[in-house]
Amino acid sequence: MDGFFDIPSDLQHSWLGLVGLHVREAMLPVLAGLLISLPLAQLCVRFRWLYPPVLWVTTVLYAIPSLAFFVVLIDYTGQTELTVMIPLTVYTLVILVPAIVDGVRSVPQETIAAATAMGFGPVRRYVQVQLPIAVPAIIAGLRVATVSSISLVSVGALIGNQGALGNLVNDANIYNRPELAVNAVITMAALAILADGLLVVVRMLLTPWMPSGARARRAERPEPEVAAR
Amino acid sequence: MNVLNFINAFFSDSAHWQGYDGIPTRLGEHVQYTLEALAIAAAIGLPVGLVTGHYGRGGNALALIAVAGRALPTFGLLVLMTLSLGFGLINVMIPLVVLAVPPILVTTYEAMRSVDPAPVDAARGMGMHDVEVLFRVELPVALPLILGGLRSAAIQIVSTATIAAYVSLGGLGRYIVDGLYQRNYEKVVGGAALVALMALATLAVFWGITRLTVSRGVLRSN
Repeated sequence: MDGFFDIPSDLQHSWLGLVGLHVREAMLPVLAGLLISLPLAQLCVRFRWLYPPVLWVTTVLYAIPSLAFFVVLIDYTGQTELTVMIPLTVYTLVILVPAIVDGVRSVPQETIAAATAMGFGPVRRYVQVQLPIAVPAIIAGLRVATVSSISLVSVGALIGNQGALGNLVNDANIYNRPELAVNAVITMAALAILADGLLVVVRMLLTPWMPSGARARRAERPEPEVAAR
Repeated sequence: MNVLNFINAFFSDSAHWQGYDGIPTRLGEHVQYTLEALAIAAAIGLPVGLVTGHYGRGGNALALIAVAGRALPTFGLLVLMTLSLGFGLINVMIPLVVLAVPPILVTTYEAMRSVDPAPVDAARGMGMHDVEVLFRVELPVALPLILGGLRSAAIQIVSTATIAAYVSLGGLGRYIVDGLYQRNYEKVVGGAALVALMALATLAVFWGITRLTVSRGVLRSN
């Protein structure tokens, strides 16, 4: 296709620049979401009564459409990257919190008892025993959150040039150059699949005791979105 | 609260309640898009998920399809479809279905797999054949999770159908997109509030469906 990489100058970025922008806008929210959900999930595990209300609040927040969320935030944060990243962070919570809670809860009582018997305090037991065993569930959640985050960033184009590769889609429409949209769709899909693959590799590195491949998948909890949304 | 003032102004303006660009029309369009996309996605995802889940085969293939489906950006796909096929509802349906099939497919599969094997064996021991086991034992037990997948898909469709307005179709996104172009913030926030309300209504509908269709015993054990 002709002009596949001729990025219109109004985007003020090269193709690689857009990719970098996209990765930053998609991944910072996932990171922030993880940092918020780890302690939040731990609270939900410790105080069981807290879990249902937390699930309800995150589910209701998740039901707010991204475009609507962006638009309402413009009033407070302006047409900036932050306006796109705040809703994406909120969305990751509804996937990550149940994933971590289920993962930590799935640690067998015998294992916890063994750790206690070996003299592990609550903090050390959490960090060295419960969290590593919960890694497959957490990574499964991160995979869903990451891929949907990469896709949702592009909607930011609708609130004024904050969608990274989504802006390319917007320009494809404005200038009637379908090849730009093809470029954007392929790039975003490739980014998502790449990020997903990286997370699988991370899981294998973090859980060397688990068999890889088909049997490892069975060991995963059902997709976190089951419980979550 | 600024936003609340905008919402109040939008809903109290009687001009927003009538005519072609009125709230009833736009809401009707949005509901129509949502139901159509959900019906198509369910028609694809449910049977495939039920059968693969019943036989326990193809889980890895499904996971791959789900990742591929999620990886395709809905907004990009929508514009691409419109640029290549021209104006039409099918351009909106394809990206929405691509968006909605993965959650339905994966949750249905996982729901069927998570059914306790003991009652399934008991049913077989009583002489039930495959189809009976699927519809009379596995499906009722898996139903809450399956409905969860459908709910997740429905909410994503409701949220995402707003971008149909970007390619000059109707629906509640019309207010958001038009409002942004016209710098009419009241309209933008009003549209956003309507979509959020519709998403919440979807949650409520699925809560009701779950209460009505899932058997008491299954509900209690969850």
